[in-house]
Amino acid sequence: MSANSSSSLSIRDLHASIGDKPILKGLTLDIPKGEVHAIMGKNGAGKSTLAKIMAGHPDYTVTSGDVLLDGESILGLEPDVRARLGLFLAFQYPMEIPGVTIANFIRAALQARLPEGEELEATDYYAKLYAKMDALSVPRNFTSRSVNEGFSGGEKKRCEILQMAMLEPSYAVLDETDSGLDIDALKIVSAGVNALRGPNIGMLVITHYQRLLDYIVPDKVHVMSEGRIIHSGDKDLALKLEAQGYDWVEKEFGESGTRAA
Amino acid sequence: MSISITTTSPSETGNSTNWPEWFSKDQNEAWELFQSLPQPKRTDEPWRFANLKAIDLSDFHVAVPVQDVASLITRSSALTNLAAKLIFANEVLIHNDQVGLPAGVLLLPLEEAAKNHEELFRKSFMTSNVRLGSKKFAALHRAHLRSGAFVYVPKGVVVERPIEIWHWLEGENATIFPHTLIVLGEGASATVIDHFVSSRDERSLAIAVNDLTVETNAKLHYVAVQEWSDKVTAFHINTTEVGKEGVSTALQMNLGGAYVRGESDSHLMGEGSRSVMLSINPASENREIDQRTFQDHFAPRATSDLLYHNALADSSRTIFAGLIKVEEHAHETDAYQKVRNLMLSDEAEANSMPGLEILADNVRCTHGATSGELNEDELFYMMARGIAPKQAAQLIVRGFFGTVLERLENPMLQEHLGEILDKKLSTSK
Ligand SMILES: Nc1ncnc2c1ncn2[C@@H]1O[C@H](COP(=O)(O)OP(=O)(O)OP(=O)(O)O)[C@@H](O)[C@H]1O
Ligand SMILES: [Mg+2]
Repeated sequence: MSANSSSSLSIRDLHASIGDKPILKGLTLDIPKGEVHAIMGKNGAGKSTLAKIMAGHPDYTVTSGDVLLDGESILGLEPDVRARLGLFLAFQYPMEIPGVTIANFIRAALQARLPEGEELEATDYYAKLYAKMDALSVPRNFTSRSVNEGFSGGEKKRCEILQMAMLEPSYAVLDETDSGLDIDALKIVSAGVNALRGPNIGMLVITHYQRLLDYIVPDKVHVMSEGRIIHSGDKDLALKLEAQGYDWVEKEFGESGTRAA
Repeated sequence: MSISITTTSPSETGNSTNWPEWFSKDQNEAWELFQSLPQPKRTDEPWRFANLKAIDLSDFHVAVPVQDVASLITRSSALTNLAAKLIFANEVLIHNDQVGLPAGVLLLPLEEAAKNHEELFRKSFMTSNVRLGSKKFAALHRAHLRSGAFVYVPKGVVVERPIEIWHWLEGENATIFPHTLIVLGEGASATVIDHFVSSRDERSLAIAVNDLTVETNAKLHYVAVQEWSDKVTAFHINTTEVGKEGVSTALQMNLGGAYVRGESDSHLMGEGSRSVMLSINPASENREIDQRTFQDHFAPRATSDLLYHNALADSSRTIFAGLIKVEEHAHETDAYQKVRNLMLSDEAEANSMPGLEILADNVRCTHGATSGELNEDELFYMMARGIAPKQAAQLIVRGFFGTVLERLENPMLQEHLGEILDKKLSTSK
């Protein structure tokens, strides 16, 4: 599977910091539409930072490099504009929004994608919402609950995937969507993600567990360390990491390894 | 010819012809009381932080009857499935529809209730001492009152559908004295929605009073939807008395007004009684919302639960002063008081003064006021879904008020009031 750069989410030599603390140090990654890539890496490697920078979180400063969505730089754009261009981030820690129901929240997100003056059709909306909820085994009465408020960890993650299913992004970054899920929920969520796979979407799956990649089989696996991708391979790389940990890969490919020069 | 409300006695206004003689006497006494009471001063505790310029009422006059009542009747549309609807325009009853009202329920203009149900009227009409600051203005209300709504639900009667009451205000510098009196007999239940509305964008005055009496085991939902014009000065003086095991759930939504003074005094009279006091206050531009509350526990094992949410934009200002008092013998009281201020502008100002006085044992009381700005992470989360910052902020504010609506524990009201709120929030800038 290959795609040209105008049909990919492309991160080019990205450097970024929070305050004066550099976190991303020259990260390059290309996720063509139609492919699923996985990122693994130790705690603190900068995986969530990468995800939030792509989504446009205001706390981080990009010092150099670029992020291109279908060939166009998105770094100067507000987070909501990026989202409307087709970028989706499933958060590692989804926010609770008191008093705003799931139904109204997703409706507002869809409404934001319509031209000025056009109203979302309510019956179609609910039909689609319920269908997606059923597929993800999210109880229908969740529509009237406040976004993520009082949700269990697993329910929050399922709700992120529900939003993704409703918004149909062209690129999705899933930050540890598997953590906090029990075995059954993992299967349900993976099936939900797989159902969205196809030639019109590129996905970046951030995870600590190889197990997820048994269900969502990636086209490529990348290892991230200290703000860079230090090694890439196919799905078997995840198995090797699971068995042997990160030390060997950091020794061989990290700062002190062969690529350090 | 305009008739000043502060220098004209009730006997001079010609209002007395509406009322039985004994009430006209009452009005004259109230007028004397109004004149004898001093204008509030900054040093008066109930007027701390208050804008005293706003309560100079000297250039307001008595409202004259509205000409175009038909258009006001058309504009008085909210819920469709009602037990009854009364519409007042400048205190004149212009519409009275009682199709869905169960037998035995009395829904009358106040002056008629005073004539034909004197005992009931006397027992519940402005019987308690106005003690949160506006005694003088309550006396003025009583002196000039021309009409109002009288709702009596006898023992055991359940009014399933809501009763809607509209109070229209019209006229530059005009004054009205809206009044709603509700008595729920033992085990009765009802939902009453008061709408306070200006017909035009005018500077005028409303001094509103309501008396809510909830007897043993009765259950009341009361909502005041205040949508005065942005130039109106308004007083809303509420007294609630709840009997044994009775439940009163009352919400004040202040969506309009330039200066709004709210006083809510809840008396937990019976064992196991419950009073839920809610308020939703979107304040913007130069609006001032000044609210004083009292949760007074006289009986054991009663609960009072106050939740006020203020969202302050532009140069708006809010004041909250609330007292919880647990009288002797009111053991095992549960009393809660929470005020949250969502600050949307650096120029806005929120003052909160919670208070507590406990004279009984084994009570559980919490009170607190918090102020915060829009949560950046919540905003980012919403923007990451494609929602523009303005809409995201609006949704957060709507959610902030939605958590108060949830406390009504009444899905129909929650949805209905949510729609009113949505309309208000989407039309304000
Ligand atoms: N707002 C912040 N302020 C200070 N440091 C931060 C901030 N956000 C991230 N960092 C730091 O940046 C580094 C990368 O954090 P990040 O959350 O991206 O790691 P991660 O790879 O997602 O880790 P995990 O696997 O634990 O989720 C960490 O050292 C973290 O402490
Ligand atoms: Mg992380």
